[in-house]
Amino acid sequence: MFPAPFEYHAPTTLQEALRLLAQHGDNAKVLAGGQSLVPMMKMRLATPAVVIDLNRIADLSYIREEGEVIAIGAMTRHYEVETSELLKRRCPLLSECAAHIGDVQVRNRGTIGGSLAHADPAADYPAAILACDAEIKVINPNGIERVIKATDFFVDLFTTALQPNELITEVRIPAFAPKTGSAYLKMEQLASGFALCGVAVKVTMDGGAIQDVRVGITGVAPKAYRAFAVEDALKGKSPDPSTVEQVAQHAADGVTPLEDIHADAEYRAHLARVLTKRALLKAIERAQAS
Amino acid sequence: MPRLVGQSFKRVEDPRLITGEGRYVDDVQLPRMCYAAILRSPYAHARIRNIDTSKAEKAEGIVAVLTGKDILGKIRPLPCAAHPVPEMKTPTHYALAVNKVYFVGHPVAVVVAEDRYLARDALDLIEVDYEELPPVTDPQKALQPDAPIIHEDLGTNLAFEWKIEGGDVDAAFAQAEVVVRQEFVNQRLIPVPMEPRCVLAEWDAGNRLLTIWTSTQIPHLVRSLVAGMLHLPENHVRVIAPDVGGGFGQKLQVYVEEALIGYLAMTLDRPVKWTETRRENFMASIHGRDQVGVMELALKRDGTILGLRYEVIADMGAYYQLLTPAIPTLTGLMLCGAYKIPAVRMSKKAVFTNKMSTDAYRGAGRPEATFLLERMMDLAAKELGVDPAEIRRKNFIPPDAFPYTTPHGITYDSGNYEEALNRALELVEYEKWRKEQQEARKQGRYIGIGISSYVEICGMGPSKAMPAGGWESATVRVEPSGKVVVLTGAHPHGQGEETSFTQIVAEELGVAPEDVMVIHGDTEKVQYGIGIFGSRGLAVGGTAVYIAAQRVKEKARKIAAFLLNVSEGEVESKDGTFVSRHDPSKFVTWQQIAAAAYDPKNYPPDMEPGLVATAFYEPSNFTFPSGTHICVCEVDIETGEVKILRYVAVDDCGKVVNPLLVEGQIIGGIVQAFGQAMMERCVYDENGQLLTGELTDYPIPKAHNAPKILVDRVETPSPVNPLGAKGVGEAGTIGATPAFINAVCDALEPLGIRHIDMPLTPARVWKAIQKARQP
Repeated sequence: MFPAPFEYHAPTTLQEALRLLAQHGDNAKVLAGGQSLVPMMKMRLATPAVVIDLNRIADLSYIREEGEVIAIGAMTRHYEVETSELLKRRCPLLSECAAHIGDVQVRNRGTIGGSLAHADPAADYPAAILACDAEIKVINPNGIERVIKATDFFVDLFTTALQPNELITEVRIPAFAPKTGSAYLKMEQLASGFALCGVAVKVTMDGGAIQDVRVGITGVAPKAYRAFAVEDALKGKSPDPSTVEQVAQHAADGVTPLEDIHADAEYRAHLARVLTKRALLKAIERAQAS
Repeated sequence: MPRLVGQSFKRVEDPRLITGEGRYVDDVQLPRMCYAAILRSPYAHARIRNIDTSKAEKAEGIVAVLTGKDILGKIRPLPCAAHPVPEMKTPTHYALAVNKVYFVGHPVAVVVAEDRYLARDALDLIEVDYEELPPVTDPQKALQPDAPIIHEDLGTNLAFEWKIEGGDVDAAFAQAEVVVRQEFVNQRLIPVPMEPRCVLAEWDAGNRLLTIWTSTQIPHLVRSLVAGMLHLPENHVRVIAPDVGGGFGQKLQVYVEEALIGYLAMTLDRPVKWTETRRENFMASIHGRDQVGVMELALKRDGTILGLRYEVIADMGAYYQLLTPAIPTLTGLMLCGAYKIPAVRMSKKAVFTNKMSTDAYRGAGRPEATFLLERMMDLAAKELGVDPAEIRRKNFIPPDAFPYTTPHGITYDSGNYEEALNRALELVEYEKWRKEQQEARKQGRYIGIGISSYVEICGMGPSKAMPAGGWESATVRVEPSGKVVVLTGAHPHGQGEETSFTQIVAEELGVAPEDVMVIHGDTEKVQYGIGIFGSRGLAVGGTAVYIAAQRVKEKARKIAAFLLNVSEGEVESKDGTFVSRHDPSKFVTWQQIAAAAYDPKNYPPDMEPGLVATAFYEPSNFTFPSGTHICVCEVDIETGEVKILRYVAVDDCGKVVNPLLVEGQIIGGIVQAFGQAMMERCVYDENGQLLTGELTDYPIPKAHNAPKILVDRVETPSPVNPLGAKGVGEAGTIGATPAFINAVCDALEPLGIRHIDMPLTPARVWKAIQKARQP
């Protein structure tokens, strides 16, 4: 597999990368971990004239605590998210989700910013990013930064709210409140390891009732989505299994599920409901145990 | 010296392979080498109106661009070695398409350039004007009167019809108290060796010698066929197969690219290399299986089988490759499996479709037979309300019946099927799981137990039953220092024969294993040989090695007797020396004998110098490994996921040279069967587009998918060869698929599910459950 010819740039600073992006515009593709872009180029499904490689920009890779927010640099590898003690302690959902991505080699190279910008409808991260109510910080060549809420970020199949001249610099995750539990459950597409359905749940308990709950679902629809119908129906309720099971039936409401040779729409929608139920029960159990 | 044969000796090939020191074709670099890329058809069926190569020819770094018309008459069509019936219809298989393309991936043109990137870039500059034709993708529809004809000169999509029969099948069904019937799909599979194909050719114009490096299982056959295709004398072609990264039958082939790259090297007078991409491998290297048929089993109410019939359509693809027509006939040979079945018939229609050719894929025809019969045994047991172990036991060929001849004339060498079944039942704790199953059902959990008792045919085979020779060759050559070289025609490609052959020779000659080197895969070094496929490496190739080593040993004994000045009968071999039986102080070392043979000053007067022997071993029959596999699984009926709780394999591959290699082969084979049973399916859409064209869409088992497997053995030596070996390369793949499917179908029986076609992905299992629940 041999990519078409392309011009290659490897800036060492964010400013240089943004300048190159401004210069080449739509002709350029940004290379982060390369776990999706490089195979697509090798199959000539992507034939960018210019590749801007972010791998030499050292200060885009970090996981740090900023009060009640965990800030993750865009070039942070999945492996670092998976194994971060800070995240495991303050936002375990993201670590649990990262552990499901691809295989060891993919996790060693792939980055959180790259995965989010690519917006594969079956990628794992979007489910957790939605369930965590994360914010995505981006910057343009004029140095203007903006923060996009996770719910606004995913627009459609491989399409995000990111402008063509913008780069993701950071993902900001609110730290878990006390009495919070989470879970990520996934049914793999057997060949690719991507999600036929992946459900991320974060639940905060208040005594015997569910105070807050967020459900992010990937793999089912053209874009990852929040199952608001499920969330709204659960808030303030007691978390008994029959309620959860009943409410989880709404996990694919209003969604037009994807169909391919691996799973039809009916099965994907069914998985959304079953995995939502199971992830909710697991997250509630963890919240109660915390 | 401790015995070597029968020991778990570590693989001698592994240090180089696992440290990256292996040498594959793509590792070979030659001066002035250029690279080929092949333009392939994007359509399943189309007429080529015109090909314009002018832009590609002018591109940077281009050495040559050729189309089918350019090589017409210069490269002969690719032959097929298998001819099951004389009236078989055979399409002409050119190296590059001439007027029509017949499948997605069909080679249309070739570009040679200074590097791989330039060659690939130039493919985009070739303009082909296609007239799309309606494709034939469904083998059952291929025979309908309104189906488009793929090969117009043949006038039909029916390649041939074939039938095998023994006993009175119609009478058996007339007498039957119970008839069980089921339609089965043995889905199309992609073999996926880790190393795709790769060909490098170099032309030595002075000697008119063409050297072809190719990733193949059969270097000598490649030489014979490619020499013919290129109008070269066979002794002017050398084929080298260095380390080969897996074959699974996909490299038991001669491909058009081998002739094409050879032709390019000759005409350009430069070395030319072509390395297949994974996508090309999926499109244009052979696929496996692809049978759709109906099987019927006639029984008495007490479970005694009276007869069996199988009607099947086998999808050949667009062309024949080396053995395409022969593969489904192997299914017919093994239809009786492990049972006394007095009457059997298989009727096959072989059809052409606009898809890649099918051919031998690990098991080649026998996994199909085992799958069909072992599913039928379970369906019959359910129908009759008897335990699936009992119905098998009732019908087994008993151990004292060997050699046993089936009604259609296949003679099984040896076996003890009940012993393997009993051992497997014991190891899996069958009774315990049956109780557990009952308990689980009360709790709404679905546990299933699946048995597969298989027999397969391998050790291929006697030449009279083989398309291109069934013997194997070996030379054992002792060098003047006493070090030993083994030249084997049985070129291995991952199985480990460098190790097992070393064990055989070192033990026979009494030398240290590190003093033995096994050489293979080079037609200029090694005498003509057949190669490794059909689990023949040890049973046939190993026997040739064993016989050659014995001949060397006999000569060495004669030299020893002369040197010790005693009679030949007085000399015995012991720990690398030859010793007088009567006087242990009189001995000569192996090194002394070798030295005498090459510097024959003090030497038997009537004896030739040198210490070398060659053997060509012709087996008298095939061998018939057997065994019982049992799978225990639990199905999550909410998601359709199947969890394998326990898997036990008790196999009989005859005498074992190296238990480690046997265990590796069995486990690898079972995991490959797990792939067919649970994951894999090669999918073309109705337009003939390959939807599973990449590893992102074609699933193969990974370490985390593979079930944990408990391996054990029973042993009935094969009387066919002096090693008593039967073969083990395919047994796991042949035996295991029905164990998985039987287990899942057993689990889901309470839901009224009778059968689910492979692969049992969660989506398919869930669908079957939904369907069963519909009122």
